[in-house]
Amino acid sequence: MATAGTRKRPLSPHLQIWRWGPHMFISILHRVTGNGIAVAGLGLLLWWLGALASGPAAYDTFAGWVWADMGKLDWNGVAVIASLVKIVLKLVMIGISWAFFSHMMSGLRHFVLDVGAGFELKTNRVWSILSPILGVVLTAAFWALLLLR
Amino acid sequence: MGNGTSIGRVRGLGSAKTGAHHWLVQRFTAIGNLLLVLWLAVSLVLLPDFSYATVAEWLARPIPAVAMILLVVSTFWHARLGMQVMIEDYVHEHGSKFACLVALNFAAFGGAAFGAFCVIRLALGAH
Repeated sequence: MATAGTRKRPLSPHLQIWRWGPHMFISILHRVTGNGIAVAGLGLLLWWLGALASGPAAYDTFAGWVWADMGKLDWNGVAVIASLVKIVLKLVMIGISWAFFSHMMSGLRHFVLDVGAGFELKTNRVWSILSPILGVVLTAAFWALLLLR
Repeated sequence: MGNGTSIGRVRGLGSAKTGAHHWLVQRFTAIGNLLLVLWLAVSLVLLPDFSYATVAEWLARPIPAVAMILLVVSTFWHARLGMQVMIEDYVHEHGSKFACLVALNFAAFGGAAFGAFCVIRLALGAH
C-alpha cells in the first residue's frame, strides 16, 4: 500500500471550501436570536416586572425609557444622549419581538427535525427559507394588532 | 485506556450520561416557552392600554400572575441551558469557562427569583 497516499482523494466534503446555504443561515440565526432574547429580552422583562412591583413612579420611568413619545424627545445639550438611548430602546423592543418570533419558527423547525422528519434536501431547504420569513410576518402581524387596536 | 492526556483518561468510558437530560429539558422548557410567551403576546394585544393601573390590575389577577411566574421560570431555565451550550462552544480555556458558567447560573437563578418575587409582591397587593 505504498501508493495509498498518492491516489486521488475525494475533494468534497471539504472543511474550508463550501458555500452558504439557507440551513446554515437559520442554524446561526437560531443561536443569535436565542442568546439575544436571553440577554436583552429577559433583562427588559425583569425591568418591566420590577417597575410594576415598585409602583406607578417606577413604571413611568420604565415606560418613558423603553417606549418614549418620539415627538417629545429633547435634542438640547446632554439630553441628546438620553434621546438617542430612547430611540435605541424602542428599536430593541421591536428587535426582541422579531427575535422571539424568529426563534419560535426556527425552534418549531427543530422539533420537526428532532422526530427525524424534514431532512430531505428540498424539504430542508424550503423550511430553512420559510421559517425566518414567517418570523418576520408574525412580528409584523403582532405590531399591527398592537398599534392598530 | 491511557492515563496521560485528558482524552486518554476518558476514552472507552462511554458518554457522561447527562447529555440526553440536558437535551430533553431544553425541549420541555421550549414547549413551555411556546405556550407561555404566546399567552403573553395575546394578553398584551388584548389589554386596552399600557397604563400602570391597567397592567398592574391585570397582572395581579390569579391566572395572569401564575402564568407570568411560570413564564419567568420556563424562559430563564431555557435561556440558562441555551447559553450554557454557547459558552461551552466558544469559551475553551477551563478557568474562563468555569467562571462564565458560574456567572450564568447566578444570573439565571437570581433573575428568575427576582421576576417571580415581583409578580408575587404585585399580586399580594403591595399597592
